[in-house]
Amino acid sequence: MANFLIKRLLQAIFVLFAVTLLVAFAIRLTGDPALMLTQGAGSVTEADLVLIREALGINKPFLEQYLDFIVGLFQLDFGNSFLGGTSVSELISTSLPATLLLAGAVMVISIVISIPLGIKAAVSKGQWSDQFIRITSLIGLSFPNFWLALMLVLVFSIWLQWLPPSGMSGFASFVMPAFTMAIILTATNVRLVRSSMLETLQAQYVMVARAKGLSENTVLYKHALRNCAIPLITYFGLQFGGLLGGIVVIERVFNWPGLGTLAFDAVSSRDYPVLQAVITLLSMLIVSVNLLVDIAYGLIDPRIRTE
Amino acid sequence: MSTNRLASNLSQYKSLEFIIGALLTGGICLLVIFADLLFQSADKIDLSARLLAPFAHPEHIFGTDPLGRDILARVVSGGAISLQVGFISVAGAVVLGVVMGLVAGYYRGFWDVVVMRFADVQLAMPFILLAITFIAIVGGGLANMIFLLIISQWVQYARLVRGSVLSLRDREFILSAQAIGVSNFSILFRHLLPNLIGPVIVLMTLNVANNILLESSLTFLGLGVDPLTPSWGGMLADGRTYIQNAWWVSVFPGVAILLTVLGLNLLGDWLRDSLDPTGKTSR
Repeated sequence: MANFLIKRLLQAIFVLFAVTLLVAFAIRLTGDPALMLTQGAGSVTEADLVLIREALGINKPFLEQYLDFIVGLFQLDFGNSFLGGTSVSELISTSLPATLLLAGAVMVISIVISIPLGIKAAVSKGQWSDQFIRITSLIGLSFPNFWLALMLVLVFSIWLQWLPPSGMSGFASFVMPAFTMAIILTATNVRLVRSSMLETLQAQYVMVARAKGLSENTVLYKHALRNCAIPLITYFGLQFGGLLGGIVVIERVFNWPGLGTLAFDAVSSRDYPVLQAVITLLSMLIVSVNLLVDIAYGLIDPRIRTE
Repeated sequence: MSTNRLASNLSQYKSLEFIIGALLTGGICLLVIFADLLFQSADKIDLSARLLAPFAHPEHIFGTDPLGRDILARVVSGGAISLQVGFISVAGAVVLGVVMGLVAGYYRGFWDVVVMRFADVQLAMPFILLAITFIAIVGGGLANMIFLLIISQWVQYARLVRGSVLSLRDREFILSAQAIGVSNFSILFRHLLPNLIGPVIVLMTLNVANNILLESSLTFLGLGVDPLTPSWGGMLADGRTYIQNAWWVSVFPGVAILLTVLGLNLLGDWLRDSLDPTGKTSR
């Protein structure tokens, strides 16, 4: 087990190292922030640009800038934004919770809906309710997320005027962003639950539980669901990256003050420190979720450790 | 319910799935290919006919956009972008991914480590953020977007193929081919490839659908194809501006994406059940 843990941990550290290096390098290819900052400023001489670059610290050699970033990362200090000079950690401390809150809500809604539906579909395999659930979920995962968001705005904000079309202010503003993503994620999850449940229901202990005369709900939710929980948790964990990517897009539609909005604003002004911090943080989140899932999986199922 | 009736119910459902999927995908491809013959010009601006409501004017069934262009014609010709991106990017990713996966799984060692660690790194970065950075460097446009999708997606095929090669490489038919001196090239492409292509085809179908979704969201965000070219994502970006008083501008292009992606997903689902009953590619 110790070997397995160390191996996975080293892998995760390597991935993070490669991601940060790649991101730091790529961002510096996107363009010169000094030019962006002086756009429309009238007469700007080459000497001014040099001064600005020096002030921003982007005239230093790449490796030095990268090392500064890594050292800062350990102290949770990501430098200051090129625009306005606000500290990046401050910007992130307001937008990270907004994104995580949304991601959490989406995960919870989708799991709560997809487990009973997926089990229902598996139990009634081949019957009309199974086919109805399968077709609906296939339609659900064919929706472009940003268009679904637009359509919800059209119906609930413009026509019915029930919900605010954008921003983050109170419970009502959560409903549409969370459900947009949850509908699409649920469509995927229902199919996952259905197929793992179908496999589990063929096991002998399910037959034994039924033969003992346990109620159908006890058999399904206590015996079968627990046993297919492991693959399901893995799938849900692996979805986390895709979910964050989707949320970045949805944030734009709803003007949600999260990391996605922050990243978009940062890239258009070549605000290196902000963009670098956002991508690094999101990658760290994805890598740690996957690492946790791997470790949990290894703890529960000894076969994985020896692979 | 008897097992027989259950089975026939399921197979009826499966064939219905295939028929609807094929009709949707085929129909949309034909409409897009023959767009110029069937519909009026997608770029004809008519400022006297701005934002006409749908179903009210026989010459503009889906209404018109803020510049008086016919929405039906634009939706149909906008499909060309999405379909091109979807099919070309998948073709590119498959070629690259399958070759890398075959090499990594068959030769193991150094190449295996390089390919798999590369895959880990890519999977840790959210696609959209990778896309924003990439497009900020090289700019938007059709070719760049296709390239971006290829480099971010080949790892999926590489992983899938590598896994299958690992389980096949010690089987008798491969060992005997090696024993009688068949070249490695021939073993990779004539003996291994046909045995693992099923799941790859399923993943391809689903990824064409997925890439059409990604392309339209990038274009919607203003990072994809030129806003002047008709494209579904671009039309939806316009639609968002006018959503208060002209719902049709943002409804029809979205329906077009939904139907295209649904058609491909139906086909992919059907293919998966026919080619890959163990569900290795299920998501």
